[in-house]
Amino acid sequence: MSTKTLYDKLWDSHVVRQDADGTALIYIDRQLVHEVTSPQAFEGLKLAARKPWRVASLLATPDHNVPTTHRSGGVAGIADPISRLQVETLDANCAEFGVTEFKMGDIRQGVVHVMGPEQGATLPGMTVVCGDSHTSTHGAFAALAHGIGTSEVEHVMATQCLVAKKSKAMLVKVEGTLGRGVTAKDIALAVIGKIGTAGGTGYAIEFAGSAIGGLSMEGRMTLCNMAIEAGARAGMVACDDTTINYVKGRPFAPKPEQWDAAVAYWKTLHSDAGATFDATVELDAASIRPQVTWGTSPEMVTSIDGRVPDPALAPDAVKRGDWERALAYMGLTANTPINEIKVDKVFIGSCTNARIEDMRAAAAVAKGKKVAANVKLAMVVPGSGLVKAQAEAEGLDKILLEAGFEWREPGCSMCLAMNDDRLEPGERCASTSNRNFEGRQGQGGRTHLVSPEMAAAAAIAGHFVDVSKV
Amino acid sequence: MRKFTLLEGLVVPLDRANVDTDAIIPKQFLKSIKRSGFGPNAFDEWRYLDHGEPGMDNSKRPLNPDFVLNQPRYAGAQVLLARENFGCGSSREHAPWALEDFGLRVILAPSFADIFFNNCFKNGLLPIKLDAAIVDGLFKAVEANVGYTLKVDLERQLITTPDGQQIAFEVDAFRKHCLLNGLDDIGLTLQHVDDIKAFETKHRAAQPWLYA
Ligand code: SF4
Repeated sequence: MSTKTLYDKLWDSHVVRQDADGTALIYIDRQLVHEVTSPQAFEGLKLAARKPWRVASLLATPDHNVPTTHRSGGVAGIADPISRLQVETLDANCAEFGVTEFKMGDIRQGVVHVMGPEQGATLPGMTVVCGDSHTSTHGAFAALAHGIGTSEVEHVMATQCLVAKKSKAMLVKVEGTLGRGVTAKDIALAVIGKIGTAGGTGYAIEFAGSAIGGLSMEGRMTLCNMAIEAGARAGMVACDDTTINYVKGRPFAPKPEQWDAAVAYWKTLHSDAGATFDATVELDAASIRPQVTWGTSPEMVTSIDGRVPDPALAPDAVKRGDWERALAYMGLTANTPINEIKVDKVFIGSCTNARIEDMRAAAAVAKGKKVAANVKLAMVVPGSGLVKAQAEAEGLDKILLEAGFEWREPGCSMCLAMNDDRLEPGERCASTSNRNFEGRQGQGGRTHLVSPEMAAAAAIAGHFVDVSKV
Repeated sequence: MRKFTLLEGLVVPLDRANVDTDAIIPKQFLKSIKRSGFGPNAFDEWRYLDHGEPGMDNSKRPLNPDFVLNQPRYAGAQVLLARENFGCGSSREHAPWALEDFGLRVILAPSFADIFFNNCFKNGLLPIKLDAAIVDGLFKAVEANVGYTLKVDLERQLITTPDGQQIAFEVDAFRKHCLLNGLDDIGLTLQHVDDIKAFETKHRAAQPWLYA
């Protein structure tokens, strides 16, 4: 094969060995580690008296369980004893095995998928894994990145390899210019709305086209982050100057004497002209409007101009049942205009949308305004200590605090509500995270996925509004 | 890992699509640092009427009588019949740990999310993809017949219904081998240490910055 897709190139350059049936051993360059999916893997290593194959390839940080308020007590101050034990276990395992860890209190600590790229620990051409499905985020760097289970976390630690079979390749092409107030998050939700949450199952998705080329690295990470919600384990974007400029100078980036060679290689990380894909999906950027989910799966999405759908019009009986259940859970009535839906809470954060650009977008909408009286809590949770510091240096925290938002410490927070940040039963939330599953943000909680701009605008208006018009 | 060879088990139908891993095992139970003990909290939010937290005595909690896994006719089920995209969402291996601990050994569905599918095989659970029409037929048969069981033969890749109908299924050869023999992946991979080392030498020469 003379023409290759980006996925072919990344795959081929990491095959250690391959069996006739396609089962391969793939070499892994980087493994990111957090406290929830690693304890059983470290325990497995210990029980088998194994050591990490290449300990320098591991980089750890606690994120899911860390509190976003009162950090002064350190790990010992985590109120929930079970959360505390998990963070302590990560600290102890990293110390025992010699794994580099950015602990709670370290300015570099943060959501693992914000922390890794920010450190330059994710580089073009790498294979990146983590015991976390949103590892697809790192594909934004023309890397092959995907989530793995805890058994595989242990496997990669012990062998530096993963047993895998090559996926099919899907091209998602978005051409044109995005309208005002339309972001990478809206592209992601529009793609999922189009292909469904299982549409990408069995595929690695490459996002391409002029609208993708025009996105910042933050935007590309948002997009690749959501590839898993379309069913694809991996999402990726070709390497270009935007990628290279982002990586330059970061702590784990190549040293100056290796930089030119690295860049020369990275510039080959794109699909060749004429490369063939197993499936292609095309979207017109100009036609994408700000998106809002209305149900309990990311594919249950429409635009801000839309209405809650009527289950009677569902394409089949299984879907009708799903829609009816979703509307009942969400407390919504068919045909309600999206912009009439009121929110109780607003969450701006998560590995999807907690980077500096997201903080800036939220602050730009909030500037000089006030959070609506019916909104009980509007919180902004930066993705890492460094994002937080940068935002504060730019005065974004002041803008947000003045508008009535809370400004928190970095972590996963209300994306999955493993710490104290959660929805109460029946509460409705505009959230910049990636999953609107039942109970995801707290039992009985109702999640609407949106961009940071849309979340901030909903906080100000008290209901969803078209951010392109505010 | 527990071997899987042949099983005859009661079937329980879970008639909804896109069952995600948050539903299979809610996040508050992910705080455990162990691999076992998740069974009583499998499908916690659907199974119980109250809010579950780690450390509760689950035998004292009010069960949701409407949830299919609580119905007496399905007690002791080992085969879960499900709809498309089963196991979507979070990569948590706690999901197959919970299903296995609950007593399930086989999951039948028209499609599965990739990571979940993969995780099952590492834990002695056999996920089987079947035609949507076949799954539909099985739902009808299970609901119509109390005590409906299926025979699942991994070696022959065959499912046999109570009336003797046989349904062939596909399974990846390597995964089948591991499951039939209860093999640990790490041990298998370490048989290729020389290949890994040779690859590493070549890779380091090509991209030295990855090893700086
Ligand atoms: S922010 Fe949310 S989706 Fe991202 S790693 Fe944390 S819990 Fe998972």
